[in-house]
Amino acid sequence: MSSILRIEDLKANYGGIEALKGISFDVEEGAIITLIGANGAGKSTTLRAISSLVAASSGAIEYRGEDITGMDTRLIVERGLVMVPEGRRVFPNLTTLENLKIGAYLRKDEKGIEEDIEAVYALFPRLKERHWQMAGTLSGGEQQMLAVGRAMMSKPKLLMMDEPSLGLAPLVVKDIFDTILKLNAEGMTILLVEQNANAALRIAHYGYVLETGLCTLEGTGAELLGNSRVREAYLGRTKAERQSER
Amino acid sequence: MAEKKFTGVAARMTPRRGRDLTLSCAAIAAILLFTHFAMQGFILDAYLVRILNMCATYAILGLSMNLVNGFTGLFSLGQAGFMAVGAYVTTILFLSPEAKGALFYLKPMEPFLQAIQLPFWLSLLVAGLVSALAAFLIGFPCLRLRGDYLAIATLGFSEIIRVLFTNMQTVTNGAVGLKGIPPVVNLWWSFGIMALVIVFIRRLMRTSYGRAFKAIRDDEVAAESMGISLFKHKMMSFVLSGFIAGLGGGLIASIVGSINPLQFRFILSYDILMIVVLGGMGSVSGTVVAAFLITAAKEWLRWLDNGFSLGLFRVPAIAGMRMVVFSVLLMLVILFYRQGLSGGKEFSWQALIDFLGKPARRDLKREEGGKKT
Repeated sequence: MSSILRIEDLKANYGGIEALKGISFDVEEGAIITLIGANGAGKSTTLRAISSLVAASSGAIEYRGEDITGMDTRLIVERGLVMVPEGRRVFPNLTTLENLKIGAYLRKDEKGIEEDIEAVYALFPRLKERHWQMAGTLSGGEQQMLAVGRAMMSKPKLLMMDEPSLGLAPLVVKDIFDTILKLNAEGMTILLVEQNANAALRIAHYGYVLETGLCTLEGTGAELLGNSRVREAYLGRTKAERQSER
Repeated sequence: MAEKKFTGVAARMTPRRGRDLTLSCAAIAAILLFTHFAMQGFILDAYLVRILNMCATYAILGLSMNLVNGFTGLFSLGQAGFMAVGAYVTTILFLSPEAKGALFYLKPMEPFLQAIQLPFWLSLLVAGLVSALAAFLIGFPCLRLRGDYLAIATLGFSEIIRVLFTNMQTVTNGAVGLKGIPPVVNLWWSFGIMALVIVFIRRLMRTSYGRAFKAIRDDEVAAESMGISLFKHKMMSFVLSGFIAGLGGGLIASIVGSINPLQFRFILSYDILMIVVLGGMGSVSGTVVAAFLITAAKEWLRWLDNGFSLGLFRVPAIAGMRMVVFSVLLMLVILFYRQGLSGGKEFSWQALIDFLGKPARRDLKREEGGKKT
């Protein structure tokens, strides 16, 4: 398998501080890759830098063999590299259907758009029931479904998701992660940023741990789940574990 | 089961649509008939016709501002400047060379400008285009700003336009202004252009451009991450708004009959903003209703300016007293109806029928309840 996205020594400033101090990682085509880390580790900034919403101060972003560092967001989306932003960010005063159509903004093929709307409805039947409703009146879980559906409308090859589990009930989180697996099984590559390290590592093929703007650890999902440092920092050790160490 | 439900809905939908169409046609026919007779001086006198012209023109101006402030979510206060451009361009192009010669007694007018005379519709169109060009030029530096900064910058530019016009003696006749503009604007003109603008904006909002405007209003970051170019769409909305405001300015010039730079102070932008806020940000029908209400009320409440008696003591004559009413009204709307009189929704016949039918249905329910017990 070849890598679809390659990040080389990426540095970026965000709000006057150096949020990324030079991180490098690879995203393999067809895989689920996750970036985990605490608040302020630079996970979201990484995704925003890849989408060109934040300018990279140095380093290279290579997508399918092409250097996309500093390219217009519009052109990046056109190439199939799409982000589901943190906190869902659906358009509250637009209907569910309008939100989906906004996702297909850069496409001109009317027929394909209609088909893809049906495909999103098939994946999330709830959205079909509520297609006329203002997105702001949907529940948190439905809004997350809509955010994913909206991103799907731009036909992504690599979908970047920023904290899809944020503020959702555990049962809904499970649904969202099942959807991620389903999309991946259909061949979509996924770059997942999560604070919920446990859930993310369970479904990820490979993961990277970010700490204050640096990539400090990497490994397969299972390896990281078993790693004592990761367990201590993000997963919480059990009382028995702590006692046995003594 | 689901199919049955669908046919049920479809069966109910079709006559409802047909009814709405019939009602809309009837309403339009009524307005056309009314306008026809009003034009012949049967129903309305010249004063009322003038007020209706102003109402429609303010509706056009309100819609132009709503496009930017309500639909695209930009806080712009430059409307007075675009109106000034529209009014001056229309007047300069439309007035006859002799009339212009008589007006420019301080300094003669630029000869080539004095020689031009175009029909009214063409003057108005050029006025709109020049306003749009002004919006384009102002938009370049301003649209990179957000929120309050954008409001201050557009306000500043609209004042700059006014000051420029005051000092371009050989083009605009400076502070003296231009007079004697023939009153060609009748109800057909004002209501016709208003109808065109309404249809245009409603159509626009259903296209992908319109959706992009609303997406930018709702969430700039999310819109950008969907690949929507923020600057391009903001500029498009701003330029279209400038064009429509230019048309409105041109109409006002002909309705009022004289223009001078002081008419286009920034207060004028606030008047239009009041219409937009009162009617509801992002609602076409709300803006139209609010424009008619406010413009008509400004005339009807003139008696407040002349002083009135409050039982025991007498309120002296204070110019601008009637504006207090609007201030209070605006505060009430902002406190209790954040989305304006329309609630941010558009007019629909169903809503009107539901509203009118409510008391009757309530009585019916009460009767039914009474029978049961």
